[in-house]
Amino acid sequence: MLIVAVISGFGLAFLAPTICRFAKQKSGWWLAILPVFLTLYFLTLLPGLASGQIPALSYEWSKELGLTFAFRADGLSLAFALLVSGIGALVAIYASGYFGNKAPIGRFYLWLFFFMASMLGVVFSDNLILLFVFWELTSLSSFMLIGFEQEREEARAAAIQALLVTGSGGLVMLAGFVLLGQIGGTLELSALLLKGESVSTHPLYLAVLILILIGAFTKSAQVPFHFWLPNAMQAPTPVSTYLHAATMVKAGVYLLARLSLVLGGSSFWFWAVGGIGALTMILGGYLAFSQTDLKRYLAYSTISALGSLVMAIGIGSETALKAMVLFLLAHGLYKGTLFLVTGAIDHECKTRDVRELGGLWRSMPYNAAGSTLAALSMAGVPLFFGFVAKEYLYEAAYKVGAFWISLAIIGALLNVFIAFRVGIEPFWLPSQIEVKPSKHVHEAPWSMRIGPLILGGLSLLLGLFPQILGRSIVSSALTAALGRPVEVKLAAWHGVNDIFLLSLLTLGLGVGLFAVRQDLQRIAEKVSLRWGLDGLYKRSLDFLFTLAGFQTRTLQHGYLRYYLITIIVAVVAITAGGLWRWGGGTLPYLSWDIYFYELGIAVIIVLSAFMATLSRSRLGAVAALGVAGYGVASIYLLFGAPDLAMTQFLIESLTVVLFVLAFYHLPNFAQLTPKRERLRDVFIALITGGLMTIFVFVASGIQIHPTISPFFVENSLPLAHGRNIVNVILVDFRGLDTLGEITVLAIAGLGVFALLKLRLDLRTAKGKKSAEEIAKGGDQ
Amino acid sequence: MEMVLPFVIGSLYAMAIYMLLRRSLVKLLIGLGLLSHASNLLIFTASGLTRFKAPVIPMTAEQLQSPHADPLPQALILTAIVISFGVTAFALALAYRAYRSVNTDDLDQMKSTDA
Amino acid sequence: MTSLILRTMVRLLLPLLLMFSVFLLLRGHNEPGGGFVGGLMAATGFALFSIAFGSETARRILRIDPLALIGVGLSLALLTGLITLGLNQPFLTGIWFKFPLGSFGKLELGTPLLFDLGVYLTVWGVTLTIVFALEEVK
Repeated sequence: MLIVAVISGFGLAFLAPTICRFAKQKSGWWLAILPVFLTLYFLTLLPGLASGQIPALSYEWSKELGLTFAFRADGLSLAFALLVSGIGALVAIYASGYFGNKAPIGRFYLWLFFFMASMLGVVFSDNLILLFVFWELTSLSSFMLIGFEQEREEARAAAIQALLVTGSGGLVMLAGFVLLGQIGGTLELSALLLKGESVSTHPLYLAVLILILIGAFTKSAQVPFHFWLPNAMQAPTPVSTYLHAATMVKAGVYLLARLSLVLGGSSFWFWAVGGIGALTMILGGYLAFSQTDLKRYLAYSTISALGSLVMAIGIGSETALKAMVLFLLAHGLYKGTLFLVTGAIDHECKTRDVRELGGLWRSMPYNAAGSTLAALSMAGVPLFFGFVAKEYLYEAAYKVGAFWISLAIIGALLNVFIAFRVGIEPFWLPSQIEVKPSKHVHEAPWSMRIGPLILGGLSLLLGLFPQILGRSIVSSALTAALGRPVEVKLAAWHGVNDIFLLSLLTLGLGVGLFAVRQDLQRIAEKVSLRWGLDGLYKRSLDFLFTLAGFQTRTLQHGYLRYYLITIIVAVVAITAGGLWRWGGGTLPYLSWDIYFYELGIAVIIVLSAFMATLSRSRLGAVAALGVAGYGVASIYLLFGAPDLAMTQFLIESLTVVLFVLAFYHLPNFAQLTPKRERLRDVFIALITGGLMTIFVFVASGIQIHPTISPFFVENSLPLAHGRNIVNVILVDFRGLDTLGEITVLAIAGLGVFALLKLRLDLRTAKGKKSAEEIAKGGDQ
Repeated sequence: MEMVLPFVIGSLYAMAIYMLLRRSLVKLLIGLGLLSHASNLLIFTASGLTRFKAPVIPMTAEQLQSPHADPLPQALILTAIVISFGVTAFALALAYRAYRSVNTDDLDQMKSTDA
Repeated sequence: MTSLILRTMVRLLLPLLLMFSVFLLLRGHNEPGGGFVGGLMAATGFALFSIAFGSETARRILRIDPLALIGVGLSLALLTGLITLGLNQPFLTGIWFKFPLGSFGKLELGTPLLFDLGVYLTVWGVTLTIVFALEEVK
């Protein structure tokens, strides 16, 4: 069933364009059926997990390479999978309202479901290489979706940037995977997880860790690779919601959580993962200050949230991981809502500038409700799901030390600010800049309300009753991440303690910041910092293009004979090197036994070839070539190859005929190269010829592998009922080769036909006038 | 003959390569023809030479008498001969088409795609 | 190219060459010959004919479009392989039937002969396609 879940996603992706053609505006509702069904299916797997039943299956792919199609669905996988399929369903519905009939939605849904299937593949893969393949497929679909509005330059640039950053990170990660596989002796994740000890003490541990971290950090937009994510907001809002807030960017988080059992526990892990996570959390929040665009706010706050997730994994305690799983779900819910609402606002008001928006609750009540619930959850107001998650995050940081808890507070503080600016301000407060009230602002269609309402509602419901999750998904995800059974009891209310007071403090300070937002904005605009590797990315891309241009001009110069010289010199050098290493040895005894007519034929071949080379007339050259061919045929005849001789005689005659026929239409020989170049060519030719002579002497004397000829000789009559062994080889023993060969021959024949005849037919078919045009256009 | 054929093959290669390096497309095609002769002879010689004894089992016998020529390289060469005929024909057609399009058979003038 | 001697010669040669090509094809399994040589021989006959009488006449005498010959030949060779596949044996396994002919010995016929016929037709078709196409370039 698991594999069906993944494959059905790909199947739906390829069917989507056709379905869209028939279902038109309603296609989102129809297409959402599969993700809804998948969500329900994943939910049915949860009870089994508690009793230790983990669905898994594995098909062989390439045994020698350790590759298997292995899928496994433990708690951690399912936590992510539920997010992927659940939000996927809502986004699919939402998108048909968002795009209306303005965009090629068939293509959109194709890549959206392609992404969904790939992402499910990532979280269910139990083989590192398989995981990598799906991982890169998500990057690919992200590329296609960011660049969905392909006519816009910025969208294309952002798409390429995201692909290059996450794609190259993925390649680095692959190197890490391969090393990890070498160390652990298996590429199976579930088997690797049991080998934490032997991996963390291995000398290559640090290399593996750094390589894999780079992969995870690029995908999850951690400092210093975070710059691609705000740019990726060029994507249509449904895509930003789904890929760049709720799911794809969490793939790095998933990988870290998955591998923490093998790679975690060291102090390097703690500082690298925890430290980078904390830095990203704060920087993401800080960078949001100078923004005015709702979507960019959300992008930076997503970076910040990803930072806190990574930080929690870095801390790595049971509480921290519990906080990670809860925050992962909470963030998926509230950030998904806010993105969808932003899209609805953009759709209705045609702007995303927070300064121009205000008082929308009247015209868009449903979105206002969803948005408010999500914002309160994001701000960590008690009784909301975000609050529960934040409480655990604080608790985990609190246990590590004052430094970490203060970092966590700063991060959360910034998020309170963003939550109010994005989720509350546009609806409940008047706009900063007076814009003439747009008459047409009204609530978005139902397809665009259902997502915010469901996700926002869940943000409240799960905050009130967190134990719905605790028993099922959180405990099994923790069991998977920690490798030991964990019982989780979640409560909405922990009583008044230090942590709760800190939460209140955060909330108060955040609201305070929000109150002075206009002053803050003015300050932030003055000290706007450009952090990260955006500039380096641009410079290295420029350098790459320059380099590519240089090497293309140098190597791909277009002179055929210099290509040939390169090839010939390389072949000669390698062959000569091989002969040199073989060292001469003893040349085999070769008999001097020769008949005078044989010598005569040899002389004729050489002389006629020489004629073919020197002749100034084309006909002379071709005739000489033919004579040389007859000479070769005679040698075949004299040395027991009558089949070859016959074929060669006929082919030679036909070749001469072809050349003569073609010469009608081709120019005469011309002396084109200057003398110096001719001398150089003579030199190359002589060297090669000499080397080949030596090579033949050597080759006819040694037999490296046992010959397979006796098999054919002995079995020709008894097995294949044929006495002419050459023919038997051709039509029976190696019949498949011959089939291939006559196919090639047929293609050559069709090629000749196409080159010579099709244009002629075109001319006769198109009438005289257009024929002249074609002749003018095509033949100059 | 084993002492002579290597020299024949070597000279064929030398002349083939000289012709391949010409700027005239037609000369290149003649070089291609010489190259296939050279390579076929190379395979033929390298597997050992036997005079007149074709690898054909006589009607009166059940087994092939040694010594006999090696059938395997013969099968290889047979296909190679026919294929090289196809290649030559295709190259000729291509040369014709190219000449009609750019009005020259000088390879140096065909080096860019936008003629 | 339209000398009387050539024309007379070719008119005599063509049937001979064709018969010889079939002979080469049929004996190929036991004596020197086979589909390749046979096909080339048949093609040479028609090539000569078209040089003497022009490709129009040659095409008319041939009746079949050489392109069709290629198609038939390739399909025949492929089908020969598929037959054995249908009998649950590896692709292109040879199957033989023996017909006793009294005092003349016995006649052995097998799928390799069909395969060789495919080769024969393909080679014939390809060669003629090329020759005709080159000849008909204006």
